[in-house]
Amino acid sequence: MSDTKANSAPAAPSPVPTHAPAAEGHAVNLHSYFRLCAVVFVIVLCTTSAMIATSFAHLGEGWTLKVALILAIAVINAFLVAGYLMHLLSEKKLVYTVLAFTVVFFIGLMGLTVWATNGFPPGTVSH
Amino acid sequence: MEIPYTIENRPDTGIYNAKLGIWLFLASEVMLFGGLFSAYVLLRVGAEPGMWPHGWLNVTLGTINTLLLALSAITTLLAWAACKVRDFGKFKFFHACTILLALTFLGIKSYEYHDKWIHYEIALANGKFADGHLVEKSADFDLAKKIGTVTIHGRFVEDRKELMDLRSPEAQSAKLEEHTIAAADIKKLENYGPKHNTFTAIYFTLTGLHALHILGGTLVIAYLWGPGSRMWRRDPERFTNRIEVSGLFWHFVDLVWIFLFPVLYLT
Repeated sequence: MSDTKANSAPAAPSPVPTHAPAAEGHAVNLHSYFRLCAVVFVIVLCTTSAMIATSFAHLGEGWTLKVALILAIAVINAFLVAGYLMHLLSEKKLVYTVLAFTVVFFIGLMGLTVWATNGFPPGTVSH
Repeated sequence: MEIPYTIENRPDTGIYNAKLGIWLFLASEVMLFGGLFSAYVLLRVGAEPGMWPHGWLNVTLGTINTLLLALSAITTLLAWAACKVRDFGKFKFFHACTILLALTFLGIKSYEYHDKWIHYEIALANGKFADGHLVEKSADFDLAKKIGTVTIHGRFVEDRKELMDLRSPEAQSAKLEEHTIAAADIKKLENYGPKHNTFTAIYFTLTGLHALHILGGTLVIAYLWGPGSRMWRRDPERFTNRIEVSGLFWHFVDLVWIFLFPVLYLT
């Protein structure tokens, strides 16, 4: 969401819900948020349906392709929530810096995990 | 003493303190859930071929919960936007919607947990397996003493592997009926709780932690909707910032579910 110092009355409608209303000289417009939310919800509906359809589709043996496709669609959903509902697309540099560190560590964690899956120590017993 | 930078942005960071705080907290939360997702990957690829479950969770309920959380994320955003335009009535309405949606989510999750709790896999003395939902245990049922009976609504299978993929044509066409089994014929009886196998362990851990986040977020939102909303009268801008910070947390909870749903229900 956005910074503070709200104006007491909404100003002229803006095509896109604005971030940082007062600090950057814009005003929040409730109707533009309704439009944004409607669009986001419709896309979430579509992507969720697409994930379910992919899950039940016949894409050959194994789950690798399905998992990759479903996660790719989930990333679109996540982008919508983070980018538009959390206003991450118009955040301050410091927030990006904090999240950049998180992304690096997260990728490192997952990278190590995937790396480890290719080399269980000899003698490992799975039940 | 007044707490600094609760309303205006700090000159050096460019944002107010609570907002920086919540982003730092969310960054740590990413790593918390990341660790558990990492465990999920290791458990899944480490499972014996054919022994990782598919179709064990109710996709319809998972989809409903996905849409409920998406809607609640939207009502949270609209509640904050209503504060920004000084419409306290709309704020109250949208936040009430968020609380109701969150409670519905938790209700559905509880139902799913209960469904797993009464679902039993029974290893029989003859080497076969019975699997289904508990209908009743006889009053004198005692597995250790081998007395009494248990009735389930389910089916018998020859091999435990047949219980793993419930999307397989065989599982789909299986006829579920009521079966009464004597304790004397039972070698082992276990429900689909966290200790049943690695899938249920990571399922309950991931969704349980997520549900705790939902519960915590709901309590905060309910406080801000109820007694905490008194701040609106004396300091509306600071109150609006509180709504924003709680909203960021709520969106994060939605983000986690966006990945939990496909990983656990669809793959």
